[in-house]
Amino acid sequence: MSQKHDVLLEVQNLKKYFHVSKGFGRSGKLKAVDDVSFQIFKGETFGLVGESGCGKTTIGRTIARLYKPTAGQILINGNDIAHLHQRQLQPYRRKMQVIFQDPYASLNPRMTVGDIIGEPLDIHKIAQGDARQKRIYELLDQVGLTKEHANRFPHEFSGGQRQRIGIARALALEPELIICDEPISALDVSIQAQVINLLEDLQREKGLTYLFIAHDLSMVQHISHRIGVMYLGHLVELADSRTLYDEPLHPYTQALLSAIPVPDPDETARRKRIILEGDVPTPIDPPAGCPFESRCPYVMPACREVRPVMTESKPGHFVACHLVNPVLVTLAQA
Amino acid sequence: MEYSADLFQPIHESERINSGIVRPSVTYWQDAWRRFSRHKPALFAAGVLLIIILGAILIPFFYPYTYDQQIRTARNLAPSFQHLFGTDKLGRDLFIRVVYGARISLSIGFVASIINLTLGVIYGGISGYIGGKVDNVMMRFVDILYSIPLILYVILLKVVFQDSIKAAFETTALRSLKFLGPELILIYIVLGSVYWVGMARMVRGQVLQIKNNEYVLAARSMGASGWRIILRHLVPNTVGQIIVTVTMSIPDAIFTESFLSFIGIGVSAPMASWGSLASDAYKGLASYPYLLFFPALAISVTVLAFNIMGDGLRDALDPRMRK
Repeated sequence: MSQKHDVLLEVQNLKKYFHVSKGFGRSGKLKAVDDVSFQIFKGETFGLVGESGCGKTTIGRTIARLYKPTAGQILINGNDIAHLHQRQLQPYRRKMQVIFQDPYASLNPRMTVGDIIGEPLDIHKIAQGDARQKRIYELLDQVGLTKEHANRFPHEFSGGQRQRIGIARALALEPELIICDEPISALDVSIQAQVINLLEDLQREKGLTYLFIAHDLSMVQHISHRIGVMYLGHLVELADSRTLYDEPLHPYTQALLSAIPVPDPDETARRKRIILEGDVPTPIDPPAGCPFESRCPYVMPACREVRPVMTESKPGHFVACHLVNPVLVTLAQA
Repeated sequence: MEYSADLFQPIHESERINSGIVRPSVTYWQDAWRRFSRHKPALFAAGVLLIIILGAILIPFFYPYTYDQQIRTARNLAPSFQHLFGTDKLGRDLFIRVVYGARISLSIGFVASIINLTLGVIYGGISGYIGGKVDNVMMRFVDILYSIPLILYVILLKVVFQDSIKAAFETTALRSLKFLGPELILIYIVLGSVYWVGMARMVRGQVLQIKNNEYVLAARSMGASGWRIILRHLVPNTVGQIIVTVTMSIPDAIFTESFLSFIGIGVSAPMASWGSLASDAYKGLASYPYLLFFPALAISVTVLAFNIMGDGLRDALDPRMRK
């Protein structure tokens, strides 16, 4: 994005390690998120992609402070919330809400839809009695449901409808930032577009900012202004979505993009699919070098030694790779 | 059949809304009751239990004999209209003694469920909710309790505490409970200190599972307090299984009391429990088999009824557990 924007969320050197038992009393560190930094501007959609287990969801949940970060800063409008206590967090909770992946698990089966949507209103004591009821109907209307739905239970709804209820709940506090944690990957393809359109409409109406976590690249490209690519707990590339898709710089991004199916048989026949060898290494006590070193087709000796740093190779296009930023390679060899 | 173009017009907006399939909204408890009432044996068992409970409470008020009344002219009588279940060798009416046995057994069941619902649920809930090291320590303690053989435990408690319990009965406000006898109080204590363990394990498991559900995460991301999460999310989602576990643990407690009384470490004479009645009758089994038959029947019917009703409740409240 070329023009100046206000930064809503800034994540600096965020780390989230989990302690895991390796058996026989030994424990290791699972580095789910390791030294990740990025900014999200007001009103934009920031996509976060990567394969399963790369730490996307952990980043989302750490920003929402469902997890306590191991290190780093999470700045919302300039205020660091990374190490606040639950009580101190309360005002910031109103500014950011989460939409969860599984619409079947994210709604309490014992509560009516009205109570589910009303819960954030109750917690923050925003509206009681008639005002609460009115707000619930309003929210239901905004996500394309009717007020008759308020007295029903989650099991009476389809997956798409449930996700709409989840969105209504997230909207109840009028947040600025919504963390969408794979909000469509559990839905039927025909429903995915509806939910995406709803999210886009809401963004236009309310000026919402989204952190959109997904592994479906084509959907992320469609909805996001800027995209970050994650691999094994690290952010490896960050650019606006057109640039990222047109000229990816990191070998991992190139491989990911080559996996997107194209609805054109001639094009499919022509293009080269980059197939990565091997599996993602375990994030428990990972080696020191580049996280992608074990699968990279262009791996160099320096990659095994020195971890590449995120560097701005073109305006707004950041990448962490020794191929693109050869200064580091010479440094490493020297 | 002809297909004309006007058959394929989009329907009017109002018609579209009204054509939705509408079914009355059913709450969890309505749905559970519907499933339970379809389970005929469970419904029948519930009826039997209701009769036993009402009988145990009401019959002694208008029955002509009391449980410790010895009618010297009526020893070792067979069942008759005068004495429904006959009389024992001291001339005591067996029917009223079985009814008193029911009071004891039901009170044992009551104590067991109270302990389950308080100590068991709270202990398991805390252990599961906090998790980590706290959970580890709390559960190891449960494992230790679980590994002590019940009989050994009862005998040890009896040896250690009998005198102090007896003293407490003479001096303190507990005097009004004296008619129960120290042995029965001891059984309450024993069952109370051991019977919540299964419940604690069950609740802990449930809480561990539910607390990582996305709806709990959603509540936390909104800033819900720990109490709110426990009361609005964890408890309502475990209450069905808690009820089932309580119902299933009652017959177990009743059976244990009967067993302890049978081997002579239960209630003391002249108070009667089903176990002590069976134990007394067992000596004269060849001559007076009915003295054993009625208490044994009472134990069997009650335990069976609780089990069948528990089965029905499980099917109704916890559909995943269905066979």
